[in-house]
Amino acid sequence: MSRIFSLDGLLFFGVLLLIGLPVTTVVAHLFMAGGDSWAHLMATVLPRYIANSLWLVMGVGLGTFLVGTGAAWLVTLFDFPGRRQFEWAMILPLSVPAYVLAYAYTDFLQVAGPVQSLLRDLTGWGPRDYWFPEIRSLGGAIWLFVLALYPYVYLAGRSAFLQQSECVVEASRTLGCTSWTAFIRVALPLARPALAAGVALACMETLADFGAVSYFGVQTFTTGIYRTWFSFGDRVAAAQLASLLLGFVALLLLAERISRKGARYHETSRRIRPLGIQKLFGWRAALAAFVCFLPLLFGFVLPGAILVTLALDVGDAQLGGRYLGLIRNSVSLAALTAALAVVLALAISYMMRTNRSAVARSTAWIAGLGYAIPGSIIAVGVLIPLAWFDNRLDAFMRSQFDLSTGLLLTGSITALVFAYLVRFLALAQQTTRAGLEKITPSMDAAAATLGAGRFQALRKVHAPLLKGPLLTAFLLVFVEVMKELPATMIMRPFNFDTLAVQAHNLAADERLAEAATPALTIVIVGLIPVVILTRLIGQSRPGQPTGSTIRTAFSSFWPRVKAAGSGK
Amino acid sequence: MSPFSPIKIGSAALLALGTLLPLSFAQSVEAQEVNIYSSRHYQTDERLYSDFEKATGIHVNRLEGGGDALIERISQEGRNSPADILLTVDAGMLWRAEDAGLFQSTRSDVLEDRIPAHFRHPDGDWFGFSSRARLIFVNKDLADPASISRYEDLADPEWRGQICIRSSSNVYNLSLMASLIAHLGEEKAQDWATGVVKNFARKPQGGDTDQLRAAATGECAIAVANSYYFVRLMQSDDPADQEVVSKLAVIFPNQDDRGTHVNISGAGIVENAPNKAEARAFLEYLSSDSAQRYFAAGNNEYPAVDIEIDNASLQSLGTFKADDINVSVLGKNQPKAQQLFDRAGWR
Repeated sequence: MSRIFSLDGLLFFGVLLLIGLPVTTVVAHLFMAGGDSWAHLMATVLPRYIANSLWLVMGVGLGTFLVGTGAAWLVTLFDFPGRRQFEWAMILPLSVPAYVLAYAYTDFLQVAGPVQSLLRDLTGWGPRDYWFPEIRSLGGAIWLFVLALYPYVYLAGRSAFLQQSECVVEASRTLGCTSWTAFIRVALPLARPALAAGVALACMETLADFGAVSYFGVQTFTTGIYRTWFSFGDRVAAAQLASLLLGFVALLLLAERISRKGARYHETSRRIRPLGIQKLFGWRAALAAFVCFLPLLFGFVLPGAILVTLALDVGDAQLGGRYLGLIRNSVSLAALTAALAVVLALAISYMMRTNRSAVARSTAWIAGLGYAIPGSIIAVGVLIPLAWFDNRLDAFMRSQFDLSTGLLLTGSITALVFAYLVRFLALAQQTTRAGLEKITPSMDAAAATLGAGRFQALRKVHAPLLKGPLLTAFLLVFVEVMKELPATMIMRPFNFDTLAVQAHNLAADERLAEAATPALTIVIVGLIPVVILTRLIGQSRPGQPTGSTIRTAFSSFWPRVKAAGSGK
Repeated sequence: MSPFSPIKIGSAALLALGTLLPLSFAQSVEAQEVNIYSSRHYQTDERLYSDFEKATGIHVNRLEGGGDALIERISQEGRNSPADILLTVDAGMLWRAEDAGLFQSTRSDVLEDRIPAHFRHPDGDWFGFSSRARLIFVNKDLADPASISRYEDLADPEWRGQICIRSSSNVYNLSLMASLIAHLGEEKAQDWATGVVKNFARKPQGGDTDQLRAAATGECAIAVANSYYFVRLMQSDDPADQEVVSKLAVIFPNQDDRGTHVNISGAGIVENAPNKAEARAFLEYLSSDSAQRYFAAGNNEYPAVDIEIDNASLQSLGTFKADDINVSVLGKNQPKAQQLFDRAGWR
């Protein structure tokens, strides 16, 4: 079908291009002159940075996979004390930005912090007489990212397990599988596309992070990117390095797809019976509860307590009226972006349903890659085309009408929201597409038979069925925008600060205790959507009254049925 | 095809984006204003701005961010950039902006009269308004403060495993290194860095305050940090901070030769500044006695203008001889400084 040449095909293509433009701008730096810092970097530090990044991403990938999948498996298939609470509480760490976790843990565990001071007081040791795990290390960073990012894998895994039919598991049991081997040999492979998507998001975010790793003094590839820019003043080389990073991520994603080429993941049975829950007793129940509690303790409860202590102890003197403004800015940006992301993601996914051309698909794919580029770099990728457009328009208007339009977009909220969209559209897109793919095409056909146009079908058939996934997409983007820092710093208008900016300014000025106040506010405000999300989770069990539509929210969070690669 | 194509949703979203346009750039034309891109992010600066607004009626618009990011934004915004002033916390950044041709030269008798020559650009591209000294701190229980008096001493093998200092990508370390390159030459500066790396007590991590705390707890005997972080600890009510202060001796390095390394926080007027007169008024205001006192009182920096300050803690550190090499050298040598650090294995 060559719908791409129709009017809305072109329009759609235009939107995708617009979103993909910043990524393209960054990659285009590969063909620019300059970037002389390369040789020096390669000869000195880059090999170590690359090694660090590889270890980091492997550790985080493995860690988020184990923690997320394990927790999802436990709360979905077993019953033990606290399961109902864990089921929603496991995603709470989503509201804590990784850099805030870094502040909290550093304050808590460093040599001069409360833990080590207490240890010295109790034992009478000097600071060099004992070994203590160094939180500011590669291991510490892995620990941190696993705690901050495992909820992505958890959400994906949980919805995947929930959707698996009892029939499949039962079949495996009759073939001699125990519940453990059934998990390893049947449930896990079936959930692979969903889990892979969750782990991929965690890894992309890890690779693009600068705030947390730089605070920990862990030098990653992204450190190298920023070093070329900030120390050598060589932005071109920085963008070139970012392109390399992007290439690496793209290769990984591609490799994962190729490795499961041809595999199909949908249920063959028409009758899907949800999985039964196995009740655990004694030490098994205690162990299950303990395993679920650990990530929650270290990812949310402990850092939360540290922040509360600091905020009460010292806190930000500016707490008060200014904070209302900060909260308003953060929340309205997050809500606006999330709404737009959902609409765009729906439009893109719906278009993809009918348009299978390679060009359109790859453009949509590129539009989703903004997630893997470090924030400041992608922000420059946004800035360059916007400022270019503004200045061209201004020059044109001046010459034709003697009228200056100035900078229309650059430095406006519009530009900032655009930057967020470029960065986070991938989240919304993935969620929506997966939801849409689960709606059988015969629905579309039925709607068409009954005389509904495409828009009407979308509005009356698809949208109600997609309520859940769309809401999930909205909330995920909302939380991410609340936490976002680098693009906000570069793109925002005058006199416009967000909670994340306030936290950063205080922390950059080495006022960590004061920074606890805005950091805590981010967590609290970020909690609101997370709580909504958790309520949905609580209701998303089969047999619950609110059942079907909301259940779609989570069961369709990630691509499970028909992984992208198998939809040919 | 239905007139209500789902694609219209996408375009509606863009349209919605577009309607926000007029909202986002509510610039008043009549009111006097000055637009400042600033990498100063100190909350204590609030009064610095509000006093100016009160005194002149000129409204101050601020955009705070990293120096490089701000420079990038001004360059991309080009001739239509609303930026009047670029304010930085580091001489290197001023040099970089100058190098990118972002500043215009400003002639001001007030500024030339008040700001010392080595704190400003020869053609008036930028002016330094406050300085911070990079100091050495010694844990009095672990080492004799008298045994160290120069930056060069930090590389002495005597201090193996005793030194806490932050990462080499930190701009204050870069500017210290840049000054060593200027004074000692590349080769000796390289040897110095290698020697200091050998003396590390731990791999570089955290900020300046963390180095002070680590030295006070005894994790290392010697720390390097900027002056104002120590003064802030002196002023803290927290007993833990007071303990840090009581454990440490303050050393102003190189008093018998070139003087202690200082970096500046400075500003210049941007090439395409739409409010040039207001920008100049703001710069002149920054050199006024009252603004200069704020630098000292608020953020514990040393004022560029030689005036009486009202900050007992800062004054108690005493006066010192500062290295009066022109600070633009610090910017020029910065990339070289990073290279030498990288070669020395200074993280």
